[in-house]
Amino acid sequence: MKLTPFVALSLAILRGFYRDKASVFFAIVFPLMFLVLFGGIFSDQSESKVDLIEVGTVSLVDEMPADARAAFDQTFEVTHTDDLEAALEQVRKGDADVAIEAKGDTIVAHYTQTDQVKAAITQGALQAFVDGTNVALTGQPPRYSLDPQRVEDDSLDTIQFVTPGLLGWAVAMSASFGAAATLQGWRQSKLLRRLQLAPVSTRTVVAARVAVTVAIALVQMAIFLGLGAAAFGLTLTGAWWAAIPLLVVGTLCFMAVGLLAGAVAKTTEGAVNMANFFVLPMAFLSGSFFPLEGAPSWLQTVSSLLPLRHLNDGMLDVMVRGEGAGAVLAPMGILAGFAIVITLLAARLFQWDSTD
Amino acid sequence: MAAIEVRGLTMTYGDLRAVDDVTFEVAEGEFFGILGPNGAGKTTTLEMIEGLRKPDAGEITVLGQRVWPRNPALLPRIGVQLQASSFFERLTAREQIHTFAALYDVSAARADGWLERVGLDDKAATRVGDLSGGQAQRLSIACALVHDPELVFLDEPTAALDPQARRNLWDLLSGIADAGRTVVLTTHYMDEAEVLCDRVAIMDHGRVLELDSPAALVRGLDAATRITVTPGQLTSTEAADLEGVTDAAEGPDGLVLTTRSPGRVLARLAEDDHLDGVRVQTGTLEDVFLDPTGREYRA
Repeated sequence: MKLTPFVALSLAILRGFYRDKASVFFAIVFPLMFLVLFGGIFSDQSESKVDLIEVGTVSLVDEMPADARAAFDQTFEVTHTDDLEAALEQVRKGDADVAIEAKGDTIVAHYTQTDQVKAAITQGALQAFVDGTNVALTGQPPRYSLDPQRVEDDSLDTIQFVTPGLLGWAVAMSASFGAAATLQGWRQSKLLRRLQLAPVSTRTVVAARVAVTVAIALVQMAIFLGLGAAAFGLTLTGAWWAAIPLLVVGTLCFMAVGLLAGAVAKTTEGAVNMANFFVLPMAFLSGSFFPLEGAPSWLQTVSSLLPLRHLNDGMLDVMVRGEGAGAVLAPMGILAGFAIVITLLAARLFQWDSTD
Repeated sequence: MAAIEVRGLTMTYGDLRAVDDVTFEVAEGEFFGILGPNGAGKTTTLEMIEGLRKPDAGEITVLGQRVWPRNPALLPRIGVQLQASSFFERLTAREQIHTFAALYDVSAARADGWLERVGLDDKAATRVGDLSGGQAQRLSIACALVHDPELVFLDEPTAALDPQARRNLWDLLSGIADAGRTVVLTTHYMDEAEVLCDRVAIMDHGRVLELDSPAALVRGLDAATRITVTPGQLTSTEAADLEGVTDAAEGPDGLVLTTRSPGRVLARLAEDDHLDGVRVQTGTLEDVFLDPTGREYRA
């Protein structure tokens, strides 16, 4: 059995990666923890109900028709009590959002202004049920009706936004850390020198390292999309596959960042720290963790100078915003430009021996 | 034809002349040593001959070919072991040598053969990081030889090994010069150069001070021989009166006689039956080093 130099080097690099627990953790597990955090925990908040205490008997609630009652239960979590004072105390302490009691035909709602948004939702919803009951009591079919229609895809919630951004961050980390650690580690152990004295071209060595990094990025993508779809209801739009070539170019760009860190730093740890020093703030400023739509314009300008911003935007466009495959062309061009400039810079700063 | 020809090799780092006008030839099939303390310029000399560094001045021919710039026609014919253990991280010993075998278009079976030859077949599944210093050096040597090169460079293969591991490695090293292979070895151990090398170049401060076979170097030095006789055999006055003895002094292990005609002195001691437990020390490479530099050897 004889392997080609390319296959042998790729295998060696791949084994070096998956046998290093820290690399695997930072490439796969760590970003997935954020996906679970954002996709799982934060999305539950939008489904939290209003805690309502019914003091005594409120006939409006108790005698509601079945379909109206079902809608009411979607909004309110109802508990009963006969003690008004105790109910008010619970609202004051924030254990409940509103307490209602009936005074004749008037429904009195005791609410707290602590959470202003929730207070407004509570009042609006209660008013709607009172109005609806009034209309029903007239026996007349209502003349006007409301049909709310959302502008975005029905399923567009937190997971849709965070998956592409977190994937971009994960790929930026693994590609840059991998390149930085390989360059530094191989230089220190003189493996680079050793390979220079073996009959294998520099092109083959670089190609093997690129092939492994791209393969890791595609595995990251498969895991993110798979877990997002299976566990958190991620729904991809039509041209999502266009994110694959985009991600490949993005990987090359962040490898270049890692090469730069590896060329400048004196130790392997220093190289990885330097890559992290660049990647983590970039992830924040590129919308990997939260959307930047509301950010001030100077921040938007800084953000547009960062390669990860373009990777994230391109992936959002085709993966969840439903744009056509053409939407990735501009980001791909920008990322390729970054990759070339940063690689040239790294090549200029590179020295064969760390001791010189 | 010489395997290596080096003429007027010079390399300067800033103000430091790391290698200063070095000239020598290594014959085919020769086991050639470059001996010197740390910082003598051994590794820089070796790296220029291997083609890793461009000399500031001088000519190098290896196996009749140029070495700079990188000469792909030459690379399959030479094997190198660099000073550090240049391994792929987290591979096992077998995966390591298989990777190098693939780079040199050598079959995995032949690579396994080398693993066995350096005595690492039972460590084949051990990761390189878990090998002992001696085992790592053996693997490194096996990786340098995997394609059966005509010429092999070994840069301080026994540095940082304990004395036992160092001696174990000597057997392996003396065996790799078989089949007409030329070996160039750098070391800062005198005894190692003496045991392994056909010829030795002694370097310090970037210059070659002496160049010959270890035995010729020691002979040329005309160093005195020291003969130690066990205590109580004869007094220092008696000893000093023996013909050929230039000095006699009490040492920790007995009476030490210094002589330039050891044969005659030993014959005389035999006549008087004083040979029990006698110890004879001739000059060593250490004395050779001491002579031209006039200073203690700093390894």
